Amino acid sequence: MATNSIGDYPEKITDTVENFNGNQLLALDWDDHRGLGGAPSLVALAPGMLFSSVVSDVMPSLFSAHPDWVSVDWGTVKWVLDGQVFQPNYDASLEANGIGHKSFIRFKTPGLTGFNGSLN
Amino acid sequence: MSEKKRLNMRKRYELLTRGLAWEPSYQPREKVFPLELFEGIKIVDWDKWEDPFRLTTDAYWKYQAEKDKKLYAVMDSFAQNDGFLNLTDASYINALKIFVQGVTPIEYQAHRGFAHLARNFAGEGAQIACQMQSIDELRHTQTQIHTVSNYNKYFTGLHEPFHMFDRVWYLSVPKSFIEDGRTAGPFEFIVSISFAFEYLLTNLLFVPFMSGAAYNGDMSTVTFGFSAQSDESRHMTLGLGIIKFLLEQHEDNVPIVQAWIDKHFWRSYRLLSLVSAMQDYMLVESPMSWKEAWAIYFEENAGALFKDLARYGIKMPKYHEVATAEADHLSHQVYGILYAASHAAGFQTQIPTKKKMDWLSEKYPDTFDKYYRPRWELWREMEEKGKRFFIGALPLDCQVCQVPMVFTDVVNGNPMEPSYQVSEYKADKYHTCSEACRDIFEHEPEKYSQAMIPPQQIYQGNCGGEAIPDVLDWYHFTGGIGGEYKGSIDETNWKKWHGGNTGS
Repeated sequence: MATNSIGDYPEKITDTVENFNGNQLLALDWDDHRGLGGAPSLVALAPGMLFSSVVSDVMPSLFSAHPDWVSVDWGTVKWVLDGQVFQPNYDASLEANGIGHKSFIRFKTPGLTGFNGSLN
Repeated sequence: MSEKKRLNMRKRYELLTRGLAWEPSYQPREKVFPLELFEGIKIVDWDKWEDPFRLTTDAYWKYQAEKDKKLYAVMDSFAQNDGFLNLTDASYINALKIFVQGVTPIEYQAHRGFAHLARNFAGEGAQIACQMQSIDELRHTQTQIHTVSNYNKYFTGLHEPFHMFDRVWYLSVPKSFIEDGRTAGPFEFIVSISFAFEYLLTNLLFVPFMSGAAYNGDMSTVTFGFSAQSDESRHMTLGLGIIKFLLEQHEDNVPIVQAWIDKHFWRSYRLLSLVSAMQDYMLVESPMSWKEAWAIYFEENAGALFKDLARYGIKMPKYHEVATAEADHLSHQVYGILYAASHAAGFQTQIPTKKKMDWLSEKYPDTFDKYYRPRWELWREMEEKGKRFFIGALPLDCQVCQVPMVFTDVVNGNPMEPSYQVSEYKADKYHTCSEACRDIFEHEPEKYSQAMIPPQQIYQGNCGGEAIPDVLDWYHFTGGIGGEYKGSIDETNWKKWHGGNTGS
């Protein structure tokens, strides 16, 4: 149902990708690790950035404060992109991996269940 | 000189609120009241509007002047006797910072909103009631500022609430709430503010703040609370009167009003999640827990109210059972993100003291020790290693309530599993914190896709820069007013005033 209004409702989308100076937004969240504040992180990245750089250069600043971070076995990580199971190509860009503006990546690290197993 | 016969209250009210208007003849009625029809609400007879207090303007001025005299006398004596030194602790003031930054500007917006209604409602009784509420809200704004201005001489974070309200990330929660109502039509605004917020939930705001103030030696805020309380009860009674008036006017109003109750109940509830964090964690001494307050002020009171409204075909607000299930988790989740992001806030946070942790265990026996105590223990471990935890990037906020998306799937028994949702609109994705916020988005995507979400605004370069210090300057949060409480300016001063060490 449309918004009730007097006259035509103005159309203006605030967060289209053109407004981010060449970047696009990506949300990231580490399952079973609520102890990082509890909210997903939001970063602005160039669409041409390699997935491997996201893992090596971006994710540590978001997640490495957690004591489980050093134990992550990257070979077993399970990725979910926008609700779908996803196998990233580390040598390809975000764009080539199908990661778009405002995409949301969740990752699970089997065997790691947060601080003292509390999912924090 | 003949003695004038005194009129009874009802007669006086009728004389002073009816028969003052006229039928327009130069312009059609719908041009004089251009906002009356577009929301689909049908008003058959405005004279059926009744102010349950039958308050007239002359009586209004008299009551308010009396109350102001008492309030300002207490505030003066509090200031003259250095009352701020008798607080339980300087960290209590952090609760007051959230109040003046987040609530006072809402009062001002409510003042403007009700003035707008006083012009746009076509019935004189409604115009007068809205005019008085508008003046009340302005008075609350002023008395709150005056109450807090004494503390502003001694503590940080109280200096520019209106500037902060328009810019700061966590204050976009109250800002977007009130602007949602103010950008809707007059009937939706009044259902949002008078019914969903004031009637259903205002006790959850005022009781913890005012009795919290009493428990923590803040007599100035307590007195303000008493002075506002009689207005609030009038607003609440009016809120219920309005709902009944709309429902009795026409049966077509029922589904429209129900949809507004559903939406604004949830919007108000998410706004109050900030209050839950303040109540359980920021008060040094807490009079009651959020969970206890929810049980009394929502579950009991609203249960009785909606039984009464059932005869009109009105049901409990959608997703109320989610809010009730969340009562065991809400304050812990929200204070957690405030703790972890306070380096960019206008207040300070700290790990709860041992006494506070034990109180939380006692008040939340099913959840605190299992889910949230370990979170604090993790953060304590980090702090002891010299790495006090702050989040490493901006958080993802909900597109509707604008709270960072910390909420979990409590209602389905998965309290450590996020409850986030996603919607598509015009080829873009929109993330929401819950099914309830998602429904609100999907009902009016053209409205919420225009939202100014703080992290997005920062990344677009609209907030002074992308680095945190630039953004803090733009907020006017200069001089280290946020972050960790221990060692903060406020704690350092507090210790100095009390003859202890300086904390450095």
